Amino acid sequence: MGRSELTDTLIAGLLRGNVYALGAVGISLVFGVMNVVNFAQFSFFGLGAMLSWFFVSELGLPFYIALPLVLLICAALGFVINISVVRPLAKYLPLAAMLSTYAVSQILDNVSQIAFTAQFQVFPEVLPTSNLAIGSTRFGTSDVVMLGTTVVIMAAMALFLKYGKIGRAIRATSQDQEAALQMGIPVGLVQNVSFVIASALGGLAGVFIALYVGVANPGSGLNIGLTAFVAATLGGLGSLVGAVVGGFVLGILEAFGIHFFGDTARQIIVFVVLIVVLIVRPGGLFGKVPLLSAEPLTGTFLGKGRPLRIPRWVWPVAFVVLGVAVPVFGSNYVLTTGTQVLIYAIIAAGFTVTAGQAGVLALGQAGPIAIGAYMSAVLTLYLGFSFWIALPLSGLVAAIVASILASPIWGVKGHYISIATLGLGIAIVAVIQLVFPQGLYNIPVPTFFGTPLSTPLAYYLIDFVVLVITLVIMWRLRRSHLGKVISSVGADEVAALASGVRGRNYKALAFAVSAFFAGVGGSLLAHQYTYIDPTIFTMMMSLLVVTIVILGGVGLSYGAVIGSIILIGAMELLRFTPELRIIVYGLVLILVVRFRPGGILVRKS
Amino acid sequence: MTALLALDDVNVFYGPFHALRGNSLTVGEGEIVSLLGGNASGKSTTMKTILGLIKVKSGTVRFEGRDITHASTRRRVIGGIASVPEARRVFPQMTVDENLLAGAYTRSDRAGIADDLERMREHFPRLAERRRQEAGTLSGGEQQMLAFARALMSRPKLICMDEPTMGLSPKLVDQVLDEIVRINRELGVAVLFVEQQAELALSIASRGYVLATGEIVLQGTARELLDDPHIQEAYLGKANPS
Repeated sequence: MGRSELTDTLIAGLLRGNVYALGAVGISLVFGVMNVVNFAQFSFFGLGAMLSWFFVSELGLPFYIALPLVLLICAALGFVINISVVRPLAKYLPLAAMLSTYAVSQILDNVSQIAFTAQFQVFPEVLPTSNLAIGSTRFGTSDVVMLGTTVVIMAAMALFLKYGKIGRAIRATSQDQEAALQMGIPVGLVQNVSFVIASALGGLAGVFIALYVGVANPGSGLNIGLTAFVAATLGGLGSLVGAVVGGFVLGILEAFGIHFFGDTARQIIVFVVLIVVLIVRPGGLFGKVPLLSAEPLTGTFLGKGRPLRIPRWVWPVAFVVLGVAVPVFGSNYVLTTGTQVLIYAIIAAGFTVTAGQAGVLALGQAGPIAIGAYMSAVLTLYLGFSFWIALPLSGLVAAIVASILASPIWGVKGHYISIATLGLGIAIVAVIQLVFPQGLYNIPVPTFFGTPLSTPLAYYLIDFVVLVITLVIMWRLRRSHLGKVISSVGADEVAALASGVRGRNYKALAFAVSAFFAGVGGSLLAHQYTYIDPTIFTMMMSLLVVTIVILGGVGLSYGAVIGSIILIGAMELLRFTPELRIIVYGLVLILVVRFRPGGILVRKS
Repeated sequence: MTALLALDDVNVFYGPFHALRGNSLTVGEGEIVSLLGGNASGKSTTMKTILGLIKVKSGTVRFEGRDITHASTRRRVIGGIASVPEARRVFPQMTVDENLLAGAYTRSDRAGIADDLERMREHFPRLAERRRQEAGTLSGGEQQMLAFARALMSRPKLICMDEPTMGLSPKLVDQVLDEIVRINRELGVAVLFVEQQAELALSIASRGYVLATGEIVLQGTARELLDDPHIQEAYLGKANPS
């Protein structure tokens, strides 16, 4: 690496770091005063970019008018999100609040996609981008202005927090919310102000990333957001200095990573940094308070309730309807939709042991699903395995690989576990993309004694049988001694530990079981699509799995079937577009978490 | 004469759990009153009720004759009720001065706040020495003083203290109790405080209330309570050889 390359990369790192720092400060600020990781913040990066593109390119507004307008819109949106979604849940169910912000971010991204289309839009050059040089390294006024603006904003923030009355109240609230309340500090106002500032900073970061990269895209928020979150964690959640430092460190690390290994290395680097921080120093570089102790118990992330009594006759009727009536009378269209419903029901039913029993809100199930799909495809395509062997084998591989990758996660709690699994899911898909950049074609269809089973009816029946086996296994597991131990970890990890149960081992086991069924589901998908590529295994897929499980009831494997029928079957029959579906998933998630936290089959207790 | 603070027939529930059972108590102007009782007897719940941190199911809370049963914590602080939370709860990463300013959050008279800051530094010389130090680095006794000073910064008429002697050495406990008396005498502030050790509490309080499973089971002047055979048996007997 020559000297000019070094400065090039360093400048690229600073500019990326700049964006992450702005985002991380927002995330840290909100986490400090509300103890909630705000995923909605992630969307402001994409939204800031798109709105400023829209104002400047489409409406022809001058940039200096567009920018404040964007910040204002983001701030206002942040305020609305806080009072409608986050505040009502933050105090009692911080993890449910986090989940809701995740849903909000998916909704925002997709509304923005509907409004602005999913295209990458060329962002206008509002300031010169390569009119200056140090040695042979070229950069522009635009870059200087961005860095300068950040410096000014950070200095202003520091002064505001140190000497401003509200600023001091923000610090007091983040250090001890209850004591702040007892001093007569209006905590609600403090939280609103923090949210508004964070959202505006997020919007600004979005504008900056668009200026820097030169393109804007509605879906770009999540990756930047995740990186900004990792930056905040690296610096120490709740520490604003830490957020800035973390942002720049990560930006520079990433720039060098991309320089040496290409763009897909980005997500892997971010995930590795996250894992290293969580293991070595979960409080982050500047975290003074051991934040982990303030985390809620993982098992209490949703309200408890009593499952509705299901009359005995329902089971055989459901079996006959799904297993006989649908295959006999269903059209090909219904059967094809049915295969989707069944596959997701398998994945979601397997997930209930993690989300419901072990109380781990894992957000990256697309990862193990992708492992299963690719494993099965490779085994049958290149190694000549039969589908029937590849199916369980890919589940097994998904379980093993996901468990190994997730093994460092189990020592941490609450928000961190969710974010780490989310990052894990993204990283797995990124690695797969590195290995198979093209996607895999001509994945063999299952055969039965030489007869290819490629009709919708055949697929449906295979999926149905696998689902029944899955439900029986989940039911047996739940009633077993092991299942009860896992539930005890979810219900009260400290109490379980006091009885000699090492929670992390059982969480890992639950996750492995869920990953197994995710892998099986992935394998089924692969052989029915006969073509797979990394764009299939998106965040949306992970969100869908979580939503199905929460809608049906986190602890109920049969609930997953109902959730899947509603969320996939109904959506398909209503012919909603993909964007609209995600918006519906998001809304369902928010409403269920808020008003029926145990799921539709669980009465609130 | 109406009392400064008056709780009348107050009932509080935590879900189905009946935490306060029709309790009535009063604190007069400039008075020191002690709340006694064992663990989970409802002492802290009473404090939270007075500060507006939990909802009252029925009954009224009055302050200077006004009904504040449904007023927010903030309004109560503005009205003149300050608190010294359980376990002190100073803001650990803020300086001593910043902690004091946080206590004055509800006020906007800059000159008055500056005056009071000065008064606190005179009253608590240790805090003046450590004004730029982060509160988390202070000793337990100093943190307690800071919590007192922080509460006084809102110019209260009543300070509610939840176990101000918790976790302190016997020597410091005496100091803290002396300080309560001093605040009360010199600044004329009424004090309602929770204390586990009945004898110590009643040595400075003029009156006391004894709570058991959410109910006030005994009340009276310090003398009456000290002489009460139940108290002697439950709190002053072998359990407390000092």
